[in-house]
Amino acid sequence: MNSFRVGLFLAIRQIRRNNFWTTLLIVFIMTLTFLNLVFVTGILVGLVEGSSYAYRTQYSGDVLISDLPEKSFIQHSSTLLSMVSQFPEVEAYTSRYLAPAVIEANYRNLVRPSDVPDQVSAMITGIDPSHEDQVTRLSTLVIEGEYLNPTDEGYVLIGSDLLKQYSRGPGTGEGTLENVAVGDRVRILLGNFQKEVRVKGIVKSKIQEVSMRVYFVDSELRKLLGRNDYNVDEIALKLYPGQSPQKVVQALTNQEQDKNALIRDWEQSQGTFFTDIKTTFTMLGNSIGAVALAVAAITIFIVIFINAVTRKKFIGILKGIGISGAAIEISYVMQSFFYALVGSTIGTTILYGFLEPFFRKNPINFPFSDGILSAPWEGTVVRVLVLLLTTLVAGYLPARMIVKKNTLDSILGR
Amino acid sequence: MIIAKSLNKIYKNGTLENHVLKDIDVEIQKGEFVAIIGKSGAGKSTLLYQLSLLDHPSSGEIIIDDVAIQKLSSTERTFFRLTNLGYVFQDYALLPELTAAENIMVPLLMQGYSRSKAHSNALKALMDVDLAGKDNSLPSQLSGGEKQRVAIARAIAHSPKILFADEPTANLDSKTSETVLDTFKKLHKDGQTIVMITHESDYAKKAQRIITIDDGKIVKRGKK
Repeated sequence: MNSFRVGLFLAIRQIRRNNFWTTLLIVFIMTLTFLNLVFVTGILVGLVEGSSYAYRTQYSGDVLISDLPEKSFIQHSSTLLSMVSQFPEVEAYTSRYLAPAVIEANYRNLVRPSDVPDQVSAMITGIDPSHEDQVTRLSTLVIEGEYLNPTDEGYVLIGSDLLKQYSRGPGTGEGTLENVAVGDRVRILLGNFQKEVRVKGIVKSKIQEVSMRVYFVDSELRKLLGRNDYNVDEIALKLYPGQSPQKVVQALTNQEQDKNALIRDWEQSQGTFFTDIKTTFTMLGNSIGAVALAVAAITIFIVIFINAVTRKKFIGILKGIGISGAAIEISYVMQSFFYALVGSTIGTTILYGFLEPFFRKNPINFPFSDGILSAPWEGTVVRVLVLLLTTLVAGYLPARMIVKKNTLDSILGR
Repeated sequence: MIIAKSLNKIYKNGTLENHVLKDIDVEIQKGEFVAIIGKSGAGKSTLLYQLSLLDHPSSGEIIIDDVAIQKLSSTERTFFRLTNLGYVFQDYALLPELTAAENIMVPLLMQGYSRSKAHSNALKALMDVDLAGKDNSLPSQLSGGEKQRVAIARAIAHSPKILFADEPTANLDSKTSETVLDTFKKLHKDGQTIVMITHESDYAKKAQRIITIDDGKIVKRGKK
């Protein structure tokens, strides 16, 4: 107990009366180390989280209900929609009709049988524009032209990844349409039917389920599909903030709606890809973080070691006048703790006060997602604790090395 | 009371041996003021380090107040130094980041004194060495003589049984040295046992008894 008191007494005074610029430099290094620990992992995970977040907000909602693999639509959709509309957790919902189709652009210019048509396969999606907008804010993704009105007939929104001028390169689909802009006519080939429509707007998103679709007003597509039973293919639910998607999934399952449809929360609907890549990126980030941690530990070790070596004589004198080795070690450990704590505190302030909001407002423009800085509190707390623990050890070891030296040798500077 | 019997100290450097103390026998009574003198390299500092438990003799026995020092563990020796001995080093040995009062408080806190008690003892000790009002001064703000008197105050604040001083005037001018020695005389008058190393025979005369050491042996012991 006395060792702790004396250790604390010495540490406080050494920190307080240490050279200001030296203290500032050490704290600066610790701050950078802390940021390095959270930043690299945060950006890597944020890449996936940004994509996952966009998937949830632009496409799946909090709960996505789709047709069973062996069915071509959600059976008893009206009953299901009526049910979800009664759920207190549900803020908004949207239902979608889906049908695979071919979109053709240059059909008017085809003269000879050998002329190649400008075609692309896409999923035709029938939506209630206002319901869809409440769930996915699809209107905000319209980058050219206008969003659909519920009364629009013969108009479509077309996904940007179906158009050559917005194409993100190979791998984004089977092909793209050339020279199609807002106001142009395109032909939809849907089974035996074909319909000429005008492009009202272009929808841009990094989520392919959004950017590779063509959107109709639902009533028009229903007529085209002859879906007179009003059975739909997808239902996306947006829940009130704080509501549990799993709870809603469970409630629907309890009412045996899982016999009519595949009911999944937003995470399940993304499949294991996002989870796997997130795990991989977290591991990668942690590996890089471990290097940063080792650098921090070595930095603290060197700082404390130099400090202890230059003060070897005073350490010897302290021991000589009867101060225990533990008290001296504690004083150095406390100093390390102080540097790590202040560095982490400043780092945390910068992280949540500046970096995290900055990247949320200005996401990094990656090809497949808008990368944010993912820095969950629990992860940050763990990193702070790891940094503190590491610096405690890094501070203790050099102090121990010097304290273990022969007292008289230390006093005489031998 | 200090009793040293057949004290030897041999420094080894590879195969070379340097026999610094040779069968030293010495007794210092409670309340004595003893000066150990000798020329440079005679072994006087080495003797002080053994007597003050800062070093281990190669052979021989040291008994302080009936405690056989050889039988103490390292931790016990440290605690013994803390509670029973006081030290004044040649170069003051004050911690630069602590004020005069804080330098004195450190060993007191280690002994379990409360903060306020340690502080009041420190102020009293400073007063005893005529440094009242200097409690908040850092060592860098004090003169050489003042630093040495702070070191003396630190050494006596816990009322040690024996005060060891290793050439306490070596870095001081003659006037300041006199002041420091006067402080020792005053302490001795109050009953403090003091063992002081010096190479100045004039300063040694301030002591009650002078032990002269040469080539690792006591060559003269007696009154000044």
